[in-house]
Amino acid sequence: MAAFVSIRNLRKSYGSFEALKGIDLDVAKGEVVCIIGPSGSGKSTLIRCINKLESFSSDSEIRVDGIPVASGRALARVRAEVGMVFQSFNLFPHLTVRENVMLAPRRVRNTPRAEAARQADRLLDRVGIGNQAQKYPDHLSGGQQQRVAIARALAMEPQVMLFDEPTSSLDPEMVGEVLDVMRDLAHTGVTMIVVTHEMGFASQVADRVIFMDAGLIVEQGPPDQVLSNPQEPRTRDFLGAVLNH
Amino acid sequence: MDLFDTFLNAEVMRRTFPMLMQGLWITLQLGAASIVAGLVLGLALAMARLYGPMPLRLLTRFYIDIFRSIPLLVLLIIVYYALPFLGLRLSPFVSAMSALTLVSGAYTAEIFRAGIEAIPKGQFEASAALGLSGRQAMADVILPQAVRIVIPPLTNNAINVVKDTALASVVAMPDLLKQATQAQALAANPTPLIVAAAIYIAFLWPLVALVSRMECRFAARRR
Repeated sequence: MAAFVSIRNLRKSYGSFEALKGIDLDVAKGEVVCIIGPSGSGKSTLIRCINKLESFSSDSEIRVDGIPVASGRALARVRAEVGMVFQSFNLFPHLTVRENVMLAPRRVRNTPRAEAARQADRLLDRVGIGNQAQKYPDHLSGGQQQRVAIARALAMEPQVMLFDEPTSSLDPEMVGEVLDVMRDLAHTGVTMIVVTHEMGFASQVADRVIFMDAGLIVEQGPPDQVLSNPQEPRTRDFLGAVLNH
Repeated sequence: MDLFDTFLNAEVMRRTFPMLMQGLWITLQLGAASIVAGLVLGLALAMARLYGPMPLRLLTRFYIDIFRSIPLLVLLIIVYYALPFLGLRLSPFVSAMSALTLVSGAYTAEIFRAGIEAIPKGQFEASAALGLSGRQAMADVILPQAVRIVIPPLTNNAINVVKDTALASVVAMPDLLKQATQAQALAANPTPLIVAAAIYIAFLWPLVALVSRMECRFAARRR
């Protein structure tokens, strides 16, 4: 299968610190990829390069649906195809939940207001918050806010969804509701790249698990292989530390 | 002759009141026009300072520093008395409004900049990830939040502009203060000055109180 997201020799430095040391990665259409690894391993930086929230070295190349992630109009096209969900939600606090979901379709796609509102309500129903559309984000729980953030990203009908540790700032009792929404989403055939510490989610939902350390991909493969029978000592150490705490 | 007859003479008050009202009207016009023009100029300067190409950024910074350093009275006198030597003769109203706007714009730019810089980075990132252009993100996401934060300092600045309109009386502008000093000369009695002062206070005290209340509320919300 042709790669939908293709990453070649991805390098990124902060001053003299090399955060990404030459990553090659292909993600097929409809594939669900979970990226795991210790903090500081570069996994968030990696997915933030895909829609160029982080700049990267000029000899690196990223393509989404064949479009190079560069600048100007090409970057705008990539960003319209790539949805992103952040660790800290980043909802717009001055807009209601419905307006949060409507904003990008209205402005970027010029969707008429009534149609954008209908679409927003449909998406909010889908993530289970249809009855909170008039509220402001501050009045929702963390889990609800993150589900709104997912609906907001879906409103642009993205081909790829990036999740940057979507449950890491949630109270434990709210992690499940967000993972449930992501699980449903995975079944709809959207391409997903998920940076996560949720090993249960990775083992059940991912088509492929990638273990990163120190700016490199150390090991990758189907979840039962990487998570249950890791080949690399660094993967074994990490999983041992995560699973036995 | 007692204190009341000198400073709050009812007869003088009655006679000079229409003059003072004319002056008040001009003061309010000058204040409002300068505040609005200063807001527009300040927003443009803030955008240039934050997002313009490097030379424009440096130029904007230079402008802001200069116009925050120059005394308003000095600027006003230069505009009114020096520019005619370059063939640019501005009316007292336009001179005063220009000077007030140039200075207010510099302060307003710094207020807007502080407001924009107070918006978390995640708001810019979420806007960009959704495909909004820089301009759309600014108009729909960043500025609506930033303006809310800076309403107290903007109101403070507006109060200062209205107070500073009194300086226009030195370029023969018939504003509230100028009318009051003329009325005082005509009536040979300081009552009009006291009344003018009371009018300034009556207009600005509520705004000062409003700023204090807003600042308290904002501080409470942040806790």
